[in-house]
Amino acid sequence: MKNKFVKAILVIVLGSALFTSCKPKNSGDAVSGDAAQRVYVAPGKYDEFYNFVSGGFSGQMSVYGLPSGRMLKVVPIFSQDPESGWGFSEETKPMLNTSEGFIPWDDQHHLELSQTNGEVDGRWIFANANNTPRIARVDLKRFKTAEIIELPNSAGNHSSPFITENTEYVVAGTRFGVPGDYENGDVPINTYKENFKGHISFIKVDKESGKMDLSFQLRLPGVNFDLSHAGKGKSHGWFFFTCYNSEQANTLLEVNASQRDKDFIMAVNWKKAEEYIKAGKGKIEKTKYAHNTWNDETHTGTSVIKDEVLVLDAMAMKDICYLMPCPKSPHGCDVDPTGEYIVGSGKLAALIPVFSFDKMINAIGKKDYEGDYEGIPVLKYNSVLHGEVQKPGLGPLHTEFDGKGNAYTTFFVSSEVVKWDIKTLKVLDRVPTYYSVGHLCIPGGDSKKPFGKYLIAYNKITKDRYLPTGPELTQSAQLYDISGDKMQLLLDFPTIGEPHYAQAAPADLIRNNGQLKIYDIKKNNHPRVAKGEKETKVVREGNKVHVYMTMVRSHFSPDNIEGIKVGDDVYFHITNLEQDWDVPHGFSIRRAQTAELLIMPGETSTLNWKPTKVGIVPFYCTDFCSALHQEMSGYIRVSPAGSNVPLSYSLGTNLPASSTK
Amino acid sequence: MKENNLTILSKVLLVIVGLLFIGSLFVPMWRIELDAPQYPEGLMLQLHANKIGGDVDIINGLNHYIGMATLHTENFFEFTILPYVFGTFAFISLILVFINNRKAVFGFLITFVLFVILSGIDFYRWNYEYGHNLDPNAAIKVPGMAYQPPLIGYKQLLNFGAYSIPDIGGWMLTGAGILLFVVVLKEFKFKKSI
Repeated sequence: MKNKFVKAILVIVLGSALFTSCKPKNSGDAVSGDAAQRVYVAPGKYDEFYNFVSGGFSGQMSVYGLPSGRMLKVVPIFSQDPESGWGFSEETKPMLNTSEGFIPWDDQHHLELSQTNGEVDGRWIFANANNTPRIARVDLKRFKTAEIIELPNSAGNHSSPFITENTEYVVAGTRFGVPGDYENGDVPINTYKENFKGHISFIKVDKESGKMDLSFQLRLPGVNFDLSHAGKGKSHGWFFFTCYNSEQANTLLEVNASQRDKDFIMAVNWKKAEEYIKAGKGKIEKTKYAHNTWNDETHTGTSVIKDEVLVLDAMAMKDICYLMPCPKSPHGCDVDPTGEYIVGSGKLAALIPVFSFDKMINAIGKKDYEGDYEGIPVLKYNSVLHGEVQKPGLGPLHTEFDGKGNAYTTFFVSSEVVKWDIKTLKVLDRVPTYYSVGHLCIPGGDSKKPFGKYLIAYNKITKDRYLPTGPELTQSAQLYDISGDKMQLLLDFPTIGEPHYAQAAPADLIRNNGQLKIYDIKKNNHPRVAKGEKETKVVREGNKVHVYMTMVRSHFSPDNIEGIKVGDDVYFHITNLEQDWDVPHGFSIRRAQTAELLIMPGETSTLNWKPTKVGIVPFYCTDFCSALHQEMSGYIRVSPAGSNVPLSYSLGTNLPASSTK
Repeated sequence: MKENNLTILSKVLLVIVGLLFIGSLFVPMWRIELDAPQYPEGLMLQLHANKIGGDVDIINGLNHYIGMATLHTENFFEFTILPYVFGTFAFISLILVFINNRKAVFGFLITFVLFVILSGIDFYRWNYEYGHNLDPNAAIKVPGMAYQPPLIGYKQLLNFGAYSIPDIGGWMLTGAGILLFVVVLKEFKFKKSI
């Protein structure tokens, strides 16, 4: 009896072991065939595409080559960068100024390459800051942040920086409904419905210089604007935004903002809005926001605080904005290359609704409304719907296009990318991702002309994909070949921060856009430049000391400085005299309180230093520049406060006897 | 018709020679190409009739490692006289059309050849001077090493490969010399055979 019992147990244990050992493997060896060959870029050869990837909580943007996945550069935008001195040097500090002072970090989510006629033109890339609402423009001739504009009346800046087809506007929708800056914000939070509003900003971009200007804002009901994309082709002149929390809840949003069966995609007729602005329907409101610009000739950023903004009340206008019901808590809002189809992705929906621009225009013409939402007409779902993709997967987030009539949607919950036909709405193919995929990118995939060869998925979780590194694992991107009928995984590669959205363009488009190799020292108009060693000097102004210093392989001029005192405020204005590609020099000083500087050929940059101790302080070059890099150094003598050691400086000769006391 | 007169063809060729001399004033005459592992795109020194061009600043920056003097246009008297020499040569070529004398053409060819030889010697002398006269305090000293670039052709100098060849102007001068030679050859052969 006992024996039988043991046997029975054994049978059950063995049986279940057998059963569990047969469960399908996950991840595993997903790569097959000649994948390695297809991502191999031989030493000395260039990649086919540049991939610009958002840095998430790092606040920066990283640049990768595709298909190799090799990281080429991290461009500092919203966060201080001790590697380059961004946000630490005197010249770059104004770039991180805001209406509430210096804010040296942010959460960078989306990127958008500038476009001409709906095609990527390789001139600039725009970046959003999600936390302190800001939009930046990075100049792709220099791979340097050229401009940062703060957004008033906004809280959280998520549905940005999406652009119109000729880069007429960069838009930015507030993530959180809040009272405008021009209204009383000291209100009970539970008065959300009465007092909270949403604002969407339209930033005009100058055709030639790229310079940004906050043109106007639309005042809208207090909902959460999530993502957006501009119309293109026939829908040029319209902008589409997803909205969630149409319930207008202000607490426990995970439940209370998921009550309604449908939220909205808001269609904005921005050409109409322009007409109203021209007709003087906008209202100038008091506010405060910073507009920071970088000057390439003075190598200096300037921050200007502006104090008013033009606001157009879209709720009162009736024919600027229309709402299309979209199931359920929509996230991604993507427009296909023809401009006809608008794909909404309800995070919690089990289908993908696809809207038709023609049907929308028709419905607006016939006033085919099911009602209004705080004054904004709500169109009938069935009147604007092209159709629904049935059973695509779980948790649809984002869609990009290959230009061949196919759409590719990421599914966060079921961790996969699904390919479907835009016209027939039939699912064509699906591949797993590792894991919890967010955005995806096809080079040019949100433009009129996608380069539908590769697809890159950006994942949130990477358990078991890489060597472990403690509790925190690397962030990750995955490259798929989409040139055939079936998608094929080719490569995993790690990324910085948390990659959200990304953009990619053919390598030649970027590298032949007039790339800068050096800063022409003849055009260096920095107010404290020294264009040669003869112009170097040290000047005392009260307790401020300005050192006009040069650097060249392999010395600084001057390299001996005496007469600095404890309590002085010392500014090193350092000019790199080199005029040779890829010969930056670095500068650091013992116990520098900020960072090092990395100074490009022909550039001037300033480090502030406040000596606190008496003694000899060495400084040196931090970027291995030549065979004599280790020799590239110098000394500063720091004397006590009130000392009478005269200010002196030299290079190549020892100082006169008078200073030897 | 005097025996010493030139044919129409020779006169046309002389005009071309004159134009080549004038043309050579506006383009670089000689180039020294340098390449090294850290300069995959190459560095170039170009000698014009009146100046040194190309990546002079970068090359001067590199020279200090080995203690070679830096190059400056104003240190070479050649650049002040060469434009006049070529201008004069151009003038002579055109005047010869009117002088219309084959012996005069022959004399000009001899003068030009002598000039080329002298220039070669001068160029070699400068190359020698720069390659050997090194600062004793230089950071890099290789026993027995000199950095004299080749007069013409290729030579390895430490990590740099130096390739010294005529540039457009040099080829124009070469062409002028060849045409002069052709004129002389034609004139003397042709006249004798009559």
